[in-house]
Amino acid sequence: MRAAFLFTALTASLVSAQEIPFEVRHVQGNVYMFASTLGNIAIQVGKDPGHDGVLLVDTGPAQLRNAILAEIRKLSEEPVRFIIATSGDADHNGSNEVLLKQAAPTRGIQTQPEIALFAQDNVLQRFTRNGSGIPSGAWPTLTFLDEKSFAFNGEAIQIIAEKNAHTDGDSIVLFRGSNVIAAGDIFLTTGYPAIDLQRGGSIQGEIKALNHILDLTVPRSMQEGGTMVIPGHGRLCDEADVTDYRDMLTIIRDRVQDMLNRGKTLDEARAARLSRDYDRRYSTSAWTGDMFVEAVYGSLKAK
Amino acid sequence: MGQAACAVRPLLTCLLAMAALTSVPAFAQRGMGFNPSGMWTAMYHEDELERTDPGAPVGDYLGIPINDEERLRADTWDGDLVSVLQHQCIPHSAPYAMRGPSGLKISTVNDPGSGRIVAFIIDGTYTGPRSIWMDGRAHPSQFAPHTWSGFSTGDWEGDTLHIETTHIKAGYLRRNGIAFSDQATLTEFFDLHDKYLTLTTITQDPIYLTEPLVRTESWVWNPYQVFSPIAGYGSCLPVPEIPRPYGWVPHHLPGTNSVLQEFSQEYGVPFEASRGGAETMYPEYRKKLKQMVIPHAKVFEVQFEQEHQRKAGTPQ
Repeated sequence: MRAAFLFTALTASLVSAQEIPFEVRHVQGNVYMFASTLGNIAIQVGKDPGHDGVLLVDTGPAQLRNAILAEIRKLSEEPVRFIIATSGDADHNGSNEVLLKQAAPTRGIQTQPEIALFAQDNVLQRFTRNGSGIPSGAWPTLTFLDEKSFAFNGEAIQIIAEKNAHTDGDSIVLFRGSNVIAAGDIFLTTGYPAIDLQRGGSIQGEIKALNHILDLTVPRSMQEGGTMVIPGHGRLCDEADVTDYRDMLTIIRDRVQDMLNRGKTLDEARAARLSRDYDRRYSTSAWTGDMFVEAVYGSLKAK
Repeated sequence: MGQAACAVRPLLTCLLAMAALTSVPAFAQRGMGFNPSGMWTAMYHEDELERTDPGAPVGDYLGIPINDEERLRADTWDGDLVSVLQHQCIPHSAPYAMRGPSGLKISTVNDPGSGRIVAFIIDGTYTGPRSIWMDGRAHPSQFAPHTWSGFSTGDWEGDTLHIETTHIKAGYLRRNGIAFSDQATLTEFFDLHDKYLTLTTITQDPIYLTEPLVRTESWVWNPYQVFSPIAGYGSCLPVPEIPRPYGWVPHHLPGTNSVLQEFSQEYGVPFEASRGGAETMYPEYRKKLKQMVIPHAKVFEVQFEQEHQRKAGTPQ
């Protein structure tokens, strides 16, 4: 019985690497979360050696590449066979090139399975533009427009495009057997969503994506547990946490829309400090409440 | 195993067994407290109307050390939020749960080898069973999920059970939109006075509170209490009772909530005081109150009228 009480402590093995805190946490089923202060990735591993493999949702920030690869090897000796990019953001694609290169055939002979790197088509479009700075070795090898479903490691996996959310390349990943969603940067617990208007992001798409995640999540009881949600940044969450975030963004969206309806300028919207009741929690030096309100204003004005 | 058993065993074996029994884990050496296991019936001597029915009126922020950001958040809160599907089954979370209607059942989890108390389990609140770990374990990392009851560890300070709780989901301090963030932490002290159990709670929230919020609740020992757990599997299933637009989140735009003054007018509390803040917690605030215009309390008018009609024998 004592072992049962220690279960929680054992399932989350805290490890230290350099100066960036990170941790590998068993979420549930086949899915683990590599969590760090620079961003999260989901790792799905199978239980059938020789047949299954490793699937990654994002490859994380480049600074943590060695740590991520080492932690994957601790979870499974099987090869990485699939990578799913939840967006084109650099901090979620930092090891694409390294992993794809490792899996490339040598001298024309397939020595190990190739890796398929899935992403929404817009990610490839942006990566391949002149001046993108993204090496071709990091580009998605397979793209989709709306949804891609397949089975791997004994469970169904759905990749669903969330159009024009924080960018125009966002996707979420639903592990149907493990009952886990990897939300990418659509959902964070560390700040406001970085809605990038230049890359096709919009507040309406962002809120729509969060509502879609809420459609997919099923709490165990009392709005707690059940479907677990891995945010792009921050702690492991469930439906209630996504609800809190959705509510906050909807409220700020409505306030900005009201300013627009009353013909108020961006400066007036800024002066009204429309996000101030959430800024202490979500405003950061890199993406402040003012910057977020400006993005929301621009997004709503452009629609 | 006692000395009688030792007498018939080899000395070395016996000494080892005695040593195992007497070398208690570190957590058990910190102090000796009481065992609160049993049934406890809630006493609502503090803030009864707020904690039971009808609950706190909209706009009543008295005695809560809120900052301006929290005031805006509460001003724009709409009670209709509880009709949203994802909100219907949200229970009271840790900083409020012990104040809600709660006949407690407290039990222990014991180490099967030593018999030492590993955890206290507090059941009976809307949050469901809550574990207070007494084995000295560390709190989870920053990446661990938050829950309604949070993660609690306890130790003894003399005869006082001291509890620290982190990893709490965002919730409310008062059922009228006074929120706390997921950064809030809770420090609690359980004291036993004769048959009365008193809990002192200290809520700290770097996001919405300017000072710690200190409150107390009491229970009386009641072995005859029939216990029925409030929370549990299937105890709440959300149902769409009213058609609403997809993704609807009810709230008031800043400056448009027309009922914020009702509490002030109904109860004869100066509107300025009803806005709360740290100074409204302290006795010194009464001096400031004397300089304010006290509205006529409508609630007493209604009460007077009802009592007058009753005495006159007129139907109510």
